[in-house]
Amino acid sequence: MNTIYKLFFTVAAFFAVAVPASAQEAVMTLDERVNSMFASSTGWFVSAIFAPIPGTSFPWIVMWLVIGASVFTIYFAFVQFRFFGHAIELVKGDYSDPNDAGEVSHFQALATALSGTVGLGNIAGVAVAVGIGGPGATFWMILAGLLGMASKFTECTLGVKYRNEYPDGSVSGGPMYYISKGFDELGLPGGKILAVLFSIFCILGALGGGNMFQANQAHAQITQITGDFPGWITGLIFAIVVFAVIVGGIKSIAKVTEKVVPFMGVLYVGAALIVLIVNYDQIGWAFGQIFAGAFTGLGVAGGLVGALIQGFKRAAFSNEAGVGSAAIAHSAVKTKEPITEGFVSLLEPLIDTVVICTMTALVITISGQLLWDETAGMYLLNDAGTAIATVGDTSGVALTSAAFGSAISWFPFVLAIAVILFAFSTMISWSYYGLKAWTYLFGEGKTTELVFKIIFCIFIVIGAAASLGPVIDFSDAAIFAMAVVNIFCLYFLMKVVRAELVSYSGRLKSGEIKKYQH
Amino acid sequence: MKLVIGLDGQSSGEKALEFAKSMAARMDSCELIVVYVIEWSPFSFQTAEENAQRHKRREEEIKVAMERVVNPAVKLLTDAGLTARAVVRHGDVADTIDEIAHSEGASQIIVARSSAGGFSTRIFGSSTANLVMNARVPVTVVA
Repeated sequence: MNTIYKLFFTVAAFFAVAVPASAQEAVMTLDERVNSMFASSTGWFVSAIFAPIPGTSFPWIVMWLVIGASVFTIYFAFVQFRFFGHAIELVKGDYSDPNDAGEVSHFQALATALSGTVGLGNIAGVAVAVGIGGPGATFWMILAGLLGMASKFTECTLGVKYRNEYPDGSVSGGPMYYISKGFDELGLPGGKILAVLFSIFCILGALGGGNMFQANQAHAQITQITGDFPGWITGLIFAIVVFAVIVGGIKSIAKVTEKVVPFMGVLYVGAALIVLIVNYDQIGWAFGQIFAGAFTGLGVAGGLVGALIQGFKRAAFSNEAGVGSAAIAHSAVKTKEPITEGFVSLLEPLIDTVVICTMTALVITISGQLLWDETAGMYLLNDAGTAIATVGDTSGVALTSAAFGSAISWFPFVLAIAVILFAFSTMISWSYYGLKAWTYLFGEGKTTELVFKIIFCIFIVIGAAASLGPVIDFSDAAIFAMAVVNIFCLYFLMKVVRAELVSYSGRLKSGEIKKYQH
Repeated sequence: MKLVIGLDGQSSGEKALEFAKSMAARMDSCELIVVYVIEWSPFSFQTAEENAQRHKRREEEIKVAMERVVNPAVKLLTDAGLTARAVVRHGDVADTIDEIAHSEGASQIIVARSSAGGFSTRIFGSSTANLVMNARVPVTVVA
């Protein structure tokens, strides 16, 4: 394990590289200092992940995700549509053995995974996509969501198939396990190294998108209501509560959150529907904007390609298809057939992206928050030319909040509570994903686990204090770095999933696998 | 003849047990199935960590239910010379007791009257009331 320790700390050291100490820093506030330190130490990593394909402005990572999702969709012959009905039946428990009652059900595994993904990506992330890429980004986001269902199916099937079941009855699963065990089984070299690499990126992803981005946007939403105050204060409060749950073992807080979050999700979709119903006459126009923007750009920053990049990026960030995180969450289910969890998991990008993200995008589009130049028939850009100009110059979660607020004046307060709870539940989920990667590297044990949990809490404070730009860049980069390793490995392992699929669908057709009488 | 006795771990369950015992003693051959249901729903929300530990917890819950509630009841019946066995399941209490009685082909379910009271019982009804309303096997409620 010593070499792995060294490897990790080398990577960590890279991020801490030389922070330029200038005289100016003496007068900087704590928030500004955290921000500049953070931006300068992560910049190289962000540029590597988002490097454009030579000769174009298209980031290679976006292409990587799209190709991955398309390959899985074709390789499994549109499994996301063929087995959609079956997935619903599985979630309903039609195929669950009554003797397994009390074990983790398909519904529970799906709900747990969803509570890790449904969150700020759906509220703030979509606002970023629509703000920069215009309504047209929504079209590409939906497409990415539909394709991503196949990626999710692939990784979650493998997550269950190659999970570790310990003598005490607990389970651990996820890409690090299927990469190392799967590669060994197929006689491929390098499984262990790739699993370690994935784990390192997973830890960074947990600290970035699963933590800092959440803290940052929760703070942004709170200041919308209370007025401006330093981010580290919000961060500290969040850190203390998260610490109480993951270190102090105060399960009651997590339990309450897990129960409130689904209601918040329903409330959010409900509110979005109300806004849409009130403005029903504009829904057609909004879809028109989405389709027109998807292919023409309508004058947004970066034009058509800008819309496409934003759509795909934010979809991947929101539903995490191909990233590998869901495979960790889904692997605890009780089933004799790993592929059943794959079917169930394909509902996740659908609910997360195709339904919830689209709702947000429609609300923002019809709210009139994006400034439209009637004479030019195009969106107005802000002064810097980086995004569409908005009423009150908002972006991220503030834009979503303003969009809802324009229709339901008190909704920003509800949204603030929803954002805090979503942020919190996503942090709890990701602390678990990160911990699983951490223990994969360093072994299970009280001290090693505590070290990770403390680092995790420190990053909450950093995330809340830093400004959105550097945080969102690092969060994206870390999460997409996971996808680089994960999708690469899925290409080798997808034949294992196909064998499962052929065997299972054969038995389903022949009637060997049948529903239980309930 | 088979009788299913539904226990809830409360003292009122002892009355149901006594009733079943005296009933079985008056019959020539009677098999008693002592059932304890651990309230659980496949549609509840859990954290990832709870899910990872779920199998272990389930085993523990079954063990505790066996040791504290069901095994002492079975012992009481077998000591009296009766044939009895134990079943512990997770699920909705009323549905699961009915399901077991139905699939075992039992001729009667014996339960104690509802021991819980208060607000939630008023809204959702007690397990006993739900069982009486929906069971496919005759139910005797012991007061």
